[in-house]
Amino acid sequence: MKELSLHVLDIVENSLRAGATEVEIKIVEDSEEDLLSIEVKDNGSGMDEETVKKVIDPFFTTRTERKVGLGIPLLSQAAKAAGGGLTIESIPGHGTTVRAWFQKSHIDLQPLGDMAKTMSALVALHPEVDFVYTHVKDDREFSLNTKDMKARLQEIPVNHPLVIDWISKFIKENLDNLNGGAE
Amino acid sequence: MMAVIKSIEELEKIREQARELINLRKDNENKTRIVVGMGTCGISAGAREVLTAILDEIKKRNLTNVIVTETGCIGMCRFEPLVDVIKPDQPKVTYVNVDPEKARQIVAKHVVNNQVIDEWVIPNI
Repeated sequence: MKELSLHVLDIVENSLRAGATEVEIKIVEDSEEDLLSIEVKDNGSGMDEETVKKVIDPFFTTRTERKVGLGIPLLSQAAKAAGGGLTIESIPGHGTTVRAWFQKSHIDLQPLGDMAKTMSALVALHPEVDFVYTHVKDDREFSLNTKDMKARLQEIPVNHPLVIDWISKFIKENLDNLNGGAE
Repeated sequence: MMAVIKSIEELEKIREQARELINLRKDNENKTRIVVGMGTCGISAGAREVLTAILDEIKKRNLTNVIVTETGCIGMCRFEPLVDVIKPDQPKVTYVNVDPEKARQIVAKHVVNNQVIDEWVIPNI
């Protein structure tokens, strides 16, 4: 993975494969603390402790009957390389929260990349899921909530091409605004 | 000067526009399905940009009889990004090592004009 937004896409895909119907994605950039954090919280099927261990380290076991993906280890590695780390909290039957944090000024921190593409891809492929994407940068923040969007769109599906295009522009403009823009 | 930031109120306008274009037919059987591989392998090989290109082409061409879905890793990671095109009553066609430019051509030639691009296809999977 070349950018953090691709990791986000990959981690959220895990949530969806675990049957999540609600996924909250929160990215926080804190200049004072020199911290960037990414949190993906879902209401999917969750995992027991043993499975969580295996998900973090795919070579923890030689068991072969179930496939364990590389998505979490890749994110964990990216976090460690940038002075951070990764935790997973999971309750079987309730859901999973993956949290990764990074030293914002670290030379090996991957760029955040294109969150507009990541979110529009997720909504296009999973219109039935409710996504909340919140991005905080110091004292500014914005969020996108597909539940609110659906209420306004009524009979128009949230994955309609015009809506997907709007989501992409909405996120781009709001991120530009967070990253400078108008005072 | 403070720029006007997009707000959710704009969705009312989008809704009006979309209502004019929407295909009210609910029968998915007559629609073409495009399936993008979105496993970790697909994503790291560029599946997101491929998907974005496909969605953009669908929007530009006002295609209303196409559904885009995803699949996970199917064990052919070195051929990712993989894109399946499934036309009604036709066998599945799998394109390998797709990039955004190829994806646009797949929509134009195969999805719209029914011409399979043989050189990018893997047979019989």
